[in-house]
Amino acid sequence: MQLSVNGKAHELNDADPDMPLLWALRDLLGLVGAKYGCGVAQCGACTVWLDGAPVRSCQLPLAAISGREVTTIEGLGGDALHPVQEAWIAHDVAQCGYCQAGQIMSAAALLQRNPNPSSEDIEGAMAGNICRCGTYSRIVAAINTASKQFQGLSFYEVGQEATVSASDGEVSV
Amino acid sequence: MSRGAGEGMKRRDFIRYSSFGLALGSAGISVLAAAKTSAPANSLNPYVMIHDDGRIVIAAPNPDVGQGVNTALPMIVAEELDADWQAVEVVLAPIDANRYGAQFAGGSLSVRNRWNELRQMGATAREMLLRSAAQQWGAPRTELTTQPSKVLHPPSGRSASFAELVAAATEQPVPADGEVVLKARADYRLLGQRVVNAAASDIVQGRPIFGIDVAVPDMVYATYVKCPQIGGVPKTANLEALKALPGILDAFIVKGDAGPPSFDLRKSIHVAGGVAIVASNTWAAIKARRSLQVDWDISAASTDDSLAIEAAALSAAGRPTGDHEVKNAGDSEGAFTNASSIVSGVYATDFVSHAQLEPQSCVAHATATAIEVWTSSQTPGFAQSTLAKLFELPAEAITVHQVRGGGGFGRRLSNEYVREAAVISKRIGKPVKLQWTREDDMAFDFYRSPAYFGLQAALSETGKLTGWRNHVVSVSSDGEEANYGAGYRGYNFPDDVVPNVHISQTMVASKTPTGAWRAPISNVYAFAEQSFLHEIADATGQDHRDFLMAALGEDKWFKPDDLASLNTVRARKVIAAVTQAASWGRALPKGRGLGLGFFFSHAGHVAEVAEVSVNADKQVTVHEVWVAADLGQIVNLSGAENQFQGSVVDGVSALADQRISIRSGAIEQTNFHQYPLLRLPQSPKIHVDFLTSDYPPSGAGEPALPPVAPAICNAVFNACGERIRTLPISRAGFKVV
Repeated sequence: MQLSVNGKAHELNDADPDMPLLWALRDLLGLVGAKYGCGVAQCGACTVWLDGAPVRSCQLPLAAISGREVTTIEGLGGDALHPVQEAWIAHDVAQCGYCQAGQIMSAAALLQRNPNPSSEDIEGAMAGNICRCGTYSRIVAAINTASKQFQGLSFYEVGQEATVSASDGEVSV
Repeated sequence: MSRGAGEGMKRRDFIRYSSFGLALGSAGISVLAAAKTSAPANSLNPYVMIHDDGRIVIAAPNPDVGQGVNTALPMIVAEELDADWQAVEVVLAPIDANRYGAQFAGGSLSVRNRWNELRQMGATAREMLLRSAAQQWGAPRTELTTQPSKVLHPPSGRSASFAELVAAATEQPVPADGEVVLKARADYRLLGQRVVNAAASDIVQGRPIFGIDVAVPDMVYATYVKCPQIGGVPKTANLEALKALPGILDAFIVKGDAGPPSFDLRKSIHVAGGVAIVASNTWAAIKARRSLQVDWDISAASTDDSLAIEAAALSAAGRPTGDHEVKNAGDSEGAFTNASSIVSGVYATDFVSHAQLEPQSCVAHATATAIEVWTSSQTPGFAQSTLAKLFELPAEAITVHQVRGGGGFGRRLSNEYVREAAVISKRIGKPVKLQWTREDDMAFDFYRSPAYFGLQAALSETGKLTGWRNHVVSVSSDGEEANYGAGYRGYNFPDDVVPNVHISQTMVASKTPTGAWRAPISNVYAFAEQSFLHEIADATGQDHRDFLMAALGEDKWFKPDDLASLNTVRARKVIAAVTQAASWGRALPKGRGLGLGFFFSHAGHVAEVAEVSVNADKQVTVHEVWVAADLGQIVNLSGAENQFQGSVVDGVSALADQRISIRSGAIEQTNFHQYPLLRLPQSPKIHVDFLTSDYPPSGAGEPALPPVAPAICNAVFNACGERIRTLPISRAGFKVV
């Protein structure tokens, strides 16, 4: 079987055709950015692109994708960070970070086809990616920031969301 | 969480190290921004190493499973060191109790326990740099000061970078007790600011930093199949057929221990019996499970049925008092006899699973004389000690490397999967990566214990609380206090606030393993107590906010100077702040409601208001949640806020439809389609307000979770008039949309 990952061709002649792409990436090619979370396409941690569209690699047997182009988080930005990756850092999105490669692949695919998504567009595109730590509000903020760059606007800094009140006396009891 | 070998390092234990001895490089994984070059470096203490090129390496001692301590703890050191944070590289410390004390992630204790130690480490390292400069320049130490990463002598205008000074500074004696002055909070440059997670860059690029990513030379892959009926062990299996499958290197039975495992983190060396399948890759091992046939011995296995447990518990909780008296203050019988009115309610919560997103995995290399493991354990020290005990090896023969974990929530406190990996590795004589499937993870958790609360309040004519009864029912395998199920908390409501209090407990027999789940005890206790307080306010026609404020009694700190005890001044402040932020009392359209919850746990005072709407089909939309908290000082504003936002999401997620049910000793749910986690479209808008104060910082990982369920359930009541006394709320017919 032939597989092109991040622009590089691989021959996987001995691989089990049933093997999901996820395990081929992780165990055979050493690309571990895509994560195993559920194995049944419920959580999205394994999201990669197949010919530019986001797919759940845990449910995609190698036999089904021979000769097609796979993009993983490792290849998303090329030599630089992709604007979505930059926005993820600027908004300090991650807690444990385990789901975030999958989140970023879904978000980048969304912006690739829809550079100025509405709230509903974002909800629709991201509903398949679980974040067990609950970073959803930062994910939305980061997508909105990255979309500015997709629209050719300047990148702006992380929004200040939490308020900090000074110590005693400010809140009346 | 018990405290281990040392509460941080005492001054006399200051030992200098020429390097941090990071063995993690051998795993071929990057450790955050771990020592990427071998440039000469100088260590001032176990936490601070300064490279000649100006980079400042700070060791992060405790496991990070998403709670942000790999950023927060080094920030504390950097603040007192006066390091330029941009020049700081964080490395994961080796697991070594002699150098780093108790290295664990639990109880929201990392920041709280290490606050003094780490400030001292930063400050003494800074002092050594200052003294070294003073000597070199022939200037009095008192005339010197620091700017980030450099020492200045204002009278002469001289300055030198930390990097220029560090080699000589290592020759300085370690400053004695009282010789360093810690910074005043007003002088902080870093603490309290928004700092991006030290692992953020690695995370967004998919770099191999998680436990599941570890790979070592000659490593093979394994899966381990256990009896679905918890505690069963294999008698026979079709091992030869498995070994004939492509990619399978070996398959064998591990006799193991029959019966359910214990959650005793210190002592348990339980290894559940099972079938190990070893393969050349993970997929081959997982696929081979389809062909596996096992004859199980279930003589010692659990026969639990969760509906039967629930029926027994609810029956017990209907009694005003239970089998064991926990507290009896005043005259509760008299209070109830003489009450003007009595309000009662029985609250129920189910078993839940942790469902951290990274299923358990561990790389182990065990030989006859030594064991090396790479694990995302929350208690790597116990991984080490229980491996030593199990394999009858000295502790020095066990090397444990900490690796970032994809979520914890208490699931990685136990180390049974570490032992399983070591057992398999020793048998095959090779390093192995044991990979649990999601289904394994859901079937073999240490679940949050179900808990049931029979609550009664005696009230005066004016609606004042005169008596309080709480009969707590939880589950136990041996009739003893359940593992973190539900229990009495001292120095908290209703102690010394309500004059007559009776708290008792009854245990229902269960063999299903239970353990700590985020904010143990508080996560269920808060739901019952804070919902019930709203019931009382409603029954007596009082505004919930005003009633709650009054119910806290007079201004006092229950145990002065103990951060783990309730301070009613701080409590009332957060209740006032959150109700102000949410415009408490405003008019809302029909079907919409605001609900309030307050809880003090993990040294954090947290109040929350939820705004929900409920339609005729009992669909609940959680629109917004306001949070006000007093955690004392904030170390990393971005990190603490993230923990709080996440706690709210976790709270909604758990209350919506998370429930583990058990039949014939086996868990019925297998994966996320039967155990749903909250998704982005259901996630509410969240506002977090930290009322900072000069108190030392307390942990942010847990205390925002307990108030979520009562705030939402109280809001549902205010929206539609139905009181929810059961979690998850799906069992009362509600659905979060």
